[in-house]
Amino acid sequence: MKKDLLGIGDLSAEEIHLILDTAEAMREIGQRPIKKVPTLRGKTVVNLFYEPSTRTRTSFEIAEKRLSADTLNIAVATSSVMKGETLVDTAMNIDAMAPDMIVLRHPSSGACHLLSRICQSPIINAGDGLHEHPTQALLDAFTIREHKQRIEGLKVVIVGDLMHSRVLRSNMLLLTKLGAELWVSGPPTLVPVGIERLGVRVSTSVDAAVEGADVIMMLRIQHERMQTAFVPSLREYYNLFGMTAARVAHAKPDVIIMHPGPMNRGVEIASDVADGPYSVILEQVANGVAVRMAVLYLLAGGAEEAD
Amino acid sequence: MPVVMDADRMGRTLMRIAHEILERNAAPGGVDELALVGIRTRGVPLARRIAQIIREINQHEVPTGMLDITLYRDDLMRHAVGPQPLVRRTEIPFSIDDKRILLVDDVLYTGRTIRAALDALIDFGRPKAIQLIVLVDRGHRELPIKADYVGKNLPTSSSQSVQVHLMEIDGRDEVEIEP
Repeated sequence: MKKDLLGIGDLSAEEIHLILDTAEAMREIGQRPIKKVPTLRGKTVVNLFYEPSTRTRTSFEIAEKRLSADTLNIAVATSSVMKGETLVDTAMNIDAMAPDMIVLRHPSSGACHLLSRICQSPIINAGDGLHEHPTQALLDAFTIREHKQRIEGLKVVIVGDLMHSRVLRSNMLLLTKLGAELWVSGPPTLVPVGIERLGVRVSTSVDAAVEGADVIMMLRIQHERMQTAFVPSLREYYNLFGMTAARVAHAKPDVIIMHPGPMNRGVEIASDVADGPYSVILEQVANGVAVRMAVLYLLAGGAEEAD
Repeated sequence: MPVVMDADRMGRTLMRIAHEILERNAAPGGVDELALVGIRTRGVPLARRIAQIIREINQHEVPTGMLDITLYRDDLMRHAVGPQPLVRRTEIPFSIDDKRILLVDDVLYTGRTIRAALDALIDFGRPKAIQLIVLVDRGHRELPIKADYVGKNLPTSSSQSVQVHLMEIDGRDEVEIEP
């Protein structure tokens, strides 16, 4: 492994499989009466979150604690950032206290790359702007692999706000790297120009995209990142792109429905689908802890000398 | 490479160990409290074989699990750089509370693996007792650890290497010593 986990783009297929296999072993720890191993005893991990997060921050913190690391959460709302300190200054100050890892979430794409050049500590990207969210894609792959025993050759359809989604970018890189047949669908205003050059097929008809799918992944409409109106109304969006039971019926009978959360019920996904028998949404959350434990463990060993 | 134990000898050794286990746990209900836990990798097939032999002797099914000790190793994180050892799955599909655990490994050397295994086991519950079974004890202990059942005591120098090959993993049953 390299020093940091900045994105799926830096990982080879072998490294992805190593992370997923390690996560397989880590998952068992969460099923024990004592959910803790001594592996990262004496290591300090700083969780630095510049954006609101429930799932990812909790998931990282549980993963860190299960490996016996000392964890420290910095929520920006109560930090010196409020007094005008820049990201670089904050990071250099934290780095000066020599933590063993920094988990960073930031609204600007590339923030993690910037810190990885400045900081001695390994950086784990917990979501940077519109760029990447690698641990989400890894836990998605883990969940798919668990249900389908493979990723290669599966038809995976990702539907929703493609423009503002770092989850899409990481998943696109990972799933094409592992040989899935990837389709994306969304309103034309939310489809990035040239996305098909990244090896995915684009369809503005959800029904056509979902036809025969093994996996359907819904993305959230990200109101907070939209400066202008990309969709006329949420009601219209739901009618054209919302995942309803009728649309799911076009997919394979053993399709799984995924969502990275937080969900907008009745916007991108109908409640009966989100809570229905095909939904693996809560399994994704559970698997997130095991995948993050694997990433923390593998990065704690430091970079290979060959790098 | 000199072979110090061949397939036939290995079979008889495991048979002897199985009888020793039954003899030592002969008190009423003693066998019911037994459970085998093999340390990955080669302790696992050895544990399964001992369970099989006990089944043949007295039709008793001894629950069997496997333990990966990687996350408990005392040499993790001691080097600033380098890939982490591979972690594999631990599967102990029964409660170890109040069981007499028979921990199984192929070679007993420094004792550090067993130290890690003891720590790992304690995280699963509170067994009544833990006993250690090894196919080969090659000496050179660095910790105060001793096996309860030993297949073969093998005097070695620390520069030598002892290789246990098992049918399930390596396609043959053999213990070799490399000079």
